[in-house]
Amino acid sequence: MEVKVRPLDCWNDFKKYRERYYKNYLEAKDKGGIRWAGSAWAFDPVPHGLGEDVYSLTGEPYGATCAFFHDFSRECLENIERQGVARDLCGYMRNYWGSIVLDKYLLADGSTVSPFPKPDFNFTIHICCSHAKWYHFAAELEGGIPTYAVDISVGPGYMLDDKKIEYVVRQLRDAIPWMEKITGREYDDELLIKAVYAEADAMSTWAKICKLNQAQPAPLEEKSMFSLYVLNLINRGDPEVAKLYHKLYDEVESRVKRGIGALTYEQFRFLTDNPPPWAFLKVYRYLEKEYGAISLGAIYTFGLAGGWIGMDEKGEKWIWEPAPTPEEAGVEITNREEALRWTAEYNLRYRASWQHEYSHWIRKQETYQMVKDWKADAMIMHLNRGCELWNMSTLEVRDYLVKNGISVATYEGNMADPRDFDEARTFNVIDSFMQSLGIEKIS
Amino acid sequence: MGKDVEKLPQIKQFREWFEKRHDYAKDWKKKNGGRVVGYYCTYCPEEILYAAGVLPVRILGSHEPESITRPYLHDMYCPFCHDTLAQGLQGRYDYLDGVTLAQSCLHMRQAYFSFADRVPNIEWSYYMPFPHGVNNPYAGEYTKAEFEKFKASVEEWTGTTITNKELDEAIEVYNKNRELMMKVFELRKAENPPITGLHAMEMVVSSQMVDKREHNEVLESFLEDLKDVEPNRETGTRLMLIGSEDDDRSFLEMIEYGINYPATFVYEENCTGARYFWDLVRPEEDRLMALAKRYVYRVPCPAKDWAVGKLFRRRFNHIESVIKEYNVQGAIIAQMKFCDPHELDIPSLRKLFDQHDVKHLTLELDITQPIGQFRTRVEAFLEAMAEEDLFF
Ligand code: SF4
Ligand code: SF4
Repeated sequence: MEVKVRPLDCWNDFKKYRERYYKNYLEAKDKGGIRWAGSAWAFDPVPHGLGEDVYSLTGEPYGATCAFFHDFSRECLENIERQGVARDLCGYMRNYWGSIVLDKYLLADGSTVSPFPKPDFNFTIHICCSHAKWYHFAAELEGGIPTYAVDISVGPGYMLDDKKIEYVVRQLRDAIPWMEKITGREYDDELLIKAVYAEADAMSTWAKICKLNQAQPAPLEEKSMFSLYVLNLINRGDPEVAKLYHKLYDEVESRVKRGIGALTYEQFRFLTDNPPPWAFLKVYRYLEKEYGAISLGAIYTFGLAGGWIGMDEKGEKWIWEPAPTPEEAGVEITNREEALRWTAEYNLRYRASWQHEYSHWIRKQETYQMVKDWKADAMIMHLNRGCELWNMSTLEVRDYLVKNGISVATYEGNMADPRDFDEARTFNVIDSFMQSLGIEKIS
Repeated sequence: MGKDVEKLPQIKQFREWFEKRHDYAKDWKKKNGGRVVGYYCTYCPEEILYAAGVLPVRILGSHEPESITRPYLHDMYCPFCHDTLAQGLQGRYDYLDGVTLAQSCLHMRQAYFSFADRVPNIEWSYYMPFPHGVNNPYAGEYTKAEFEKFKASVEEWTGTTITNKELDEAIEVYNKNRELMMKVFELRKAENPPITGLHAMEMVVSSQMVDKREHNEVLESFLEDLKDVEPNRETGTRLMLIGSEDDDRSFLEMIEYGINYPATFVYEENCTGARYFWDLVRPEEDRLMALAKRYVYRVPCPAKDWAVGKLFRRRFNHIESVIKEYNVQGAIIAQMKFCDPHELDIPSLRKLFDQHDVKHLTLELDITQPIGQFRTRVEAFLEAMAEEDLFF
């Protein structure tokens, strides 16, 4: 059946925000502002307390943008490898380091400028084996940038206790005077509180948007979602981001009500798993065009940018319901302490991707439930050589899904190293998989 | 005439324990009626298990080719993890009653979960959150809280109560083992060290497999006998081995015994070497806190060593003192393929060696080693060092 489709009205708002984000970081110093760099998993609201002219550069989205513009990525990767950096390390990280070594900064439209803008400080977390060490080495490459990494190794949300939360909060508490010392700024708790509210709002609203994709036809396809979810990975403490997500929510909700879909022919619904091969997003277009196959999302797009209830208290079942914001939880945040505690607990408990990295049991439940709730016909997994964290448990999950009657295809690739991808082979995998399921080409 | 180290009964004993580790554990079970727990990473507080009458044994690989882990562990995960899981799947660890992991690198995390789920004899498994940020001031307290939970789980499983008395005994036995091995290492500072890196590896790895009380007895007499050892080999270039787990005999044998340029390892900075036993538990009233501090503040694994405010790596400070104290001339960086924690340190580590004028060679380890290729590279490396000596 043919479905009504139309482009998203707020598409340009998101595009412009991204463009502005990278430019703001570049130009921060001209305006007397502050720059910090760190992982997209970092506690973004915390540096917001340093002022309204504080601009960040989060490394993973930057690395993904490099990968998307693959000629630049190749240059970065080859340059950093010449410095003796191993080729099997995180693809984003190598693009980021390569960009420093090349002394070229990539903007959202693919243009580059020199020099690479150094941050005033690095502020990150450590969940995979790379995060903190990524910025440690970046700091060395940049001549000794002050670096602070927060250890969040406290396990999944449903196993949290006060001591674990306190461990993280104490590190955040210490980060503030450290930032004050480096920047010479006085910290403003009101700005922190505002950012903490904004973060929860943006992440929970993104989760609500993802839930709307359970509709048939699905109002969004994942390739577009990549451009939407990313605001939560670059600046989710900015209230402007939450506002954009509310606007998006209203639009997507109205699409669902009016039966507007993302694809003209939706004959096959699937989920993905890892970050995509950014230089080869045509995989998604191929599936759409040839098979009317829509990617509804992934534990990646939903879980990294969204706040979800996640594993139930017993650790038995995954619940794909948006996490409560402070307002929904009836909590008022009035001071620094409460703000730090809220952001620590919200991320540790509800950021889906912080949960499933702790065991394959969690990831199995999370994925299985996602297939059911989003009414997916199958899973197409990217065995992504670019990220050891996202690739953890993927094969165990595949085994579990197959044993539970869910069809799974896998293809090898690398999210951020275009040299690690075999296009023809990937299309072959897809064709054989579709044939095995009896899905005919639509064209 | 002095003694030949190769003929010392203790060397034979270490080797036998190393080679027949599974038989040892099975015999131990028969003799003691106790349980055996496999542990995946050296951050496991073994003392707590030992205090409950459990024998902790380290899960290691066998360095034989395998292909049975590929359905569960992606091939971008390190060969060590594949090898350990293969051992479990092949039934080599069929005597284990439990398995545990003190949170470590991601590769081990997945290997552990697959092992715990897929090895049928495992009746108790425990994944312990352990800080990654061992350079932050709150890591000790957090660890202590996790050790409390670990202890409670061990008690429940074994039906025992671990009192301070048992903990003290376990700490004493473990500390003694550490002290004795540190004393052996101290002897390696000599111009002609009495033991090689191969001997050291067998000593350390066997200590990870056998009851430490027994190991201590052998170590004590070993130290006595070492006084009379007369090294009958040329020491040659004094090397430091640095990097990921390395218990592959063929690799050490090749470097120390199999090439034309003499060379001897005087220190192994890895977790099948000094990093396992360096640093003692400093007794304090709160036993679990004492244990937590030892594990948190020991020489860190690269997976846990990174900046919190200041740009420094604790492991690097340690390496610098080893270079000086052991008069290290060259370093072999033996890094497991795909091992991110180590790879992340390597460019800076090379710089550190350059600063100290220590020549270095990086080799990438796999389940089995391309010995011929390694030999050529090590030979060239040692030859270049020897030539430099001629000119300066
Ligand atoms: S390895 Fe994966 S999780 Fe770690 S920094 Fe890279 S992309 Fe992020
Ligand atoms: S070799 Fe590296 S990746 Fe493998 S278990 Fe050891 S630390 Fe982890």
